[in-house]
Amino acid sequence: MSRLLTSFLAGAALTLGCPALAQTIAITGGKVVIGDGSAPIDNGTVIVTNGRVVAAGRGVAVPAGAQTIDASGKWVTPGIVAGFSRLGLAAVDAVDAANDTTASNSPFSASLDIASAVNPDVQSIAVSRAAGVTRAIVAPQIGSSIFAGLGAVIDTGSDPDPVTKARVFQFVEFGETGARRAGGSRPALYASFRNALSEARDLAAGTRKDDAQLKRPDAAALVPLLNGSMRLIIHVEGAHDILAVLALKAEYPQLNLVLAGVTEGWRVARQLAASKVPVIASALNNLPSSFEQLASTQSNVGRMRAAGVQVAIGMIDDDDTRQAQYSMQYAGNLVALARVPGATGLTWDQAFAAISSAPAEVIGMGGEIGSLRAGRRGDVVIWSGDPLEVTTAAERVWIDGVEQPLTSHQTGLRSRYKSLAPDDLPQAYKR
Amino acid sequence: MQSARLALALSLVVCVATPLAAKDKDKKSDSMAAAAKPLNKDPYPSTYRVYPGAPTAISNVTVYDGEGGKFANATVLFRDGKVERIETGNVDLSSEYTRIDGTGKWVTPGIIDIHSHLGDYPTPAVDAHSDGNEATGPVRAEVWAEHSVWPQDPGFSRALANGGVTTLQILPGSANLFGGRSVVLKNVPARTAQGMKFPGAPYGLKMACGENPKRVYGSKGQAPATRMGNMAVNRQTWIRAADYKRKLDKGETVVRDLQLETLAGVLAGEILVQNHCYRADEMAQVIDMSHEFGYKVSAFHHAVESYKIADLLAKEGICSAMWADWWGFKMESYDAVNENIPLVHNAGACAMIHSDDANGIQRLNQEVAKAVSDGRRAGIAISDEVAWTWLAINPAKALGIADKAGSLKPGKMADVVLWNGNPLSVYTRPEKVWVDGALLYDSANPKLRPISDFELGQAGAGDVK
Repeated sequence: MSRLLTSFLAGAALTLGCPALAQTIAITGGKVVIGDGSAPIDNGTVIVTNGRVVAAGRGVAVPAGAQTIDASGKWVTPGIVAGFSRLGLAAVDAVDAANDTTASNSPFSASLDIASAVNPDVQSIAVSRAAGVTRAIVAPQIGSSIFAGLGAVIDTGSDPDPVTKARVFQFVEFGETGARRAGGSRPALYASFRNALSEARDLAAGTRKDDAQLKRPDAAALVPLLNGSMRLIIHVEGAHDILAVLALKAEYPQLNLVLAGVTEGWRVARQLAASKVPVIASALNNLPSSFEQLASTQSNVGRMRAAGVQVAIGMIDDDDTRQAQYSMQYAGNLVALARVPGATGLTWDQAFAAISSAPAEVIGMGGEIGSLRAGRRGDVVIWSGDPLEVTTAAERVWIDGVEQPLTSHQTGLRSRYKSLAPDDLPQAYKR
Repeated sequence: MQSARLALALSLVVCVATPLAAKDKDKKSDSMAAAAKPLNKDPYPSTYRVYPGAPTAISNVTVYDGEGGKFANATVLFRDGKVERIETGNVDLSSEYTRIDGTGKWVTPGIIDIHSHLGDYPTPAVDAHSDGNEATGPVRAEVWAEHSVWPQDPGFSRALANGGVTTLQILPGSANLFGGRSVVLKNVPARTAQGMKFPGAPYGLKMACGENPKRVYGSKGQAPATRMGNMAVNRQTWIRAADYKRKLDKGETVVRDLQLETLAGVLAGEILVQNHCYRADEMAQVIDMSHEFGYKVSAFHHAVESYKIADLLAKEGICSAMWADWWGFKMESYDAVNENIPLVHNAGACAMIHSDDANGIQRLNQEVAKAVSDGRRAGIAISDEVAWTWLAINPAKALGIADKAGSLKPGKMADVVLWNGNPLSVYTRPEKVWVDGALLYDSANPKLRPISDFELGQAGAGDVK
């Protein structure tokens, strides 16, 4: 409640004529996308009351006293959910003091809780918000161990509290990166992983050994993985590595697995589908960037989807601190594949869901965010047109039912320098 | 024999005083004095060959000609590797033409990416392939990017098939103030870098401002460690180059120096400066330095703050190679704005898109679409066909190849892309790509997908990418 109040007040300061707190917003006349993979609805209505979606669709009645917003000729969708990111963790990537993505010198690993690093004042939050990205799955990067720590789900609202939910998952690196960090090989990686889970089990059972390798807080952070009460996101790319990870399910049946990256997933799509392990995939990898990505193709997501794998799109090691705004372009490119002979893409409806409801569901928050189904948080975007098209822009954005400012450092500079004509005062006086 | 060898050796290390002295020497020693011979400026010549192509007519298409022109319901004709003409209305064709009905589709000149590291930072991106930065000294004008280019980089094929890129400049990296010579390539697979070299393209010299050189060398405890250090090392180097060029111009015999040969080539206007530079204030310093030493900057690359000095860039006739929306990865990219390209264009300066990225090069048309749309929303009205100059004639000008490529003007290289829709849409991809009139990519024909040696016989080879 205080969260809603805070964000409301922040919004109120920036929005003219903002109505009373217990308010209803009705967005009418637009092409409404629910975000659950269903087709867009022409001339739809979206009703948000007290920060939550009440109804969305055709023939929805506008409650009396609602603030009505005409979205005729526009598209109306849930806010975009960045499926895998490091949003809010760095003001400038290359400025070490302002970059909290990793902690290579920390003695701790799995217990590092990224929620404390998310800074709503970094420009990546404002830029993403203005682009229509309202929520993000945020993972720490690994430091000294294969375990990176505890990931969070955040919003991009203009308020001091960005964390929607902390400690949502543990993030771990497998494949080439994890193997190097574990000492130099995949056997070393699996030895580290098994030992860590074993030590977590010992700790939970009160039988922690004297020769324990993990710090106590790190072992404790892994305990919720043992019974599946916390998700484990594993970054893995190559086909044989994916199968090796799926085999862990036989050894640890309770693991609540999510795979990230999964560039060669199409080669083992049948096994992935059978495992029911969901995937947050890179959308457009098609270069053999490493020896675990030799068979990369933009058809990966489409082929996995066609095989029955639950797939969301994320930015895995891909400008992940800043460019969540590429989510829409990436999804649009997967739609483009439908007209490339031999390629497998997504339908428009599937592609939009891959950046809205799918990441929310993969992370277990489909009941809260990622769609305009009744009861979800009131994250709504009005777009100038098709949100997956590169010529389109977000025009108005609400988070938790609060309309958001769409200004940033960038928009300030653009306005300042739009004209270079000599003036009575230097540019520094233009604002 | 021994004495002749000695004379030769001496002539390589000792400057002979005057041309008069050279005249006094006997014929034999004269012919053996390598430095006295005219310099071979093309010792690694292009062996690029034009592949065969049928006379082709693509009809019923929308054409952006690359110079700002748009033709609706047009026919594009090319044969013998050259553009013949663009026709609107009915076209009488002899039967020798391969006719393609492009109803609902677009034709443009092949995309030119003025900033790529394909080949010198190829995939797989392993240390053994890291060949873009000779980061062993801030002045490394003596290195040539073509000597690093690995023609088997799988990235070339992605740039062709998904990006419609037919010409690209491969640059050394930006660790050094003077990074070395660039090379312009045709995007046609070959066994050697020479086999890809764009015939007749001038060389470029990669220079770099700002954070990278001062970080790389400052962290080693050597110059430059600051931006003023960058400028000082630059100026000292130009002083040496000017002195070398003066000797060359007077016909004095000089010790061959690869570094100074390249820099003298810049001062002579034969080699084009391609200058990595983000900040407006630094670009202005570089412009004054170019005046101080009498050379011209062809293009600022990355040029994230060009919008702040677009008037100065217009006055100086300097192009800017920019991204649509890269920002915030380093301090000097913090002031990026999405309207940079349209703002620069609108001020009358030469604006270009560039990739600097093996993924981004596959979507330069989308990047232009983003930039022109952001510009329109900010009140800068630029048509789609004019925006297409940003990846066509403008980079051709900045590379010194505008007489050969960069548009569909009659007689130019028939580098042609047939797009399966509006190329300024996310939903559009190249359907066919011709280079010098040869069909080298056809989305409907899996046999017309190049597969690099590296990929052949490995997982994923020949797949749609």
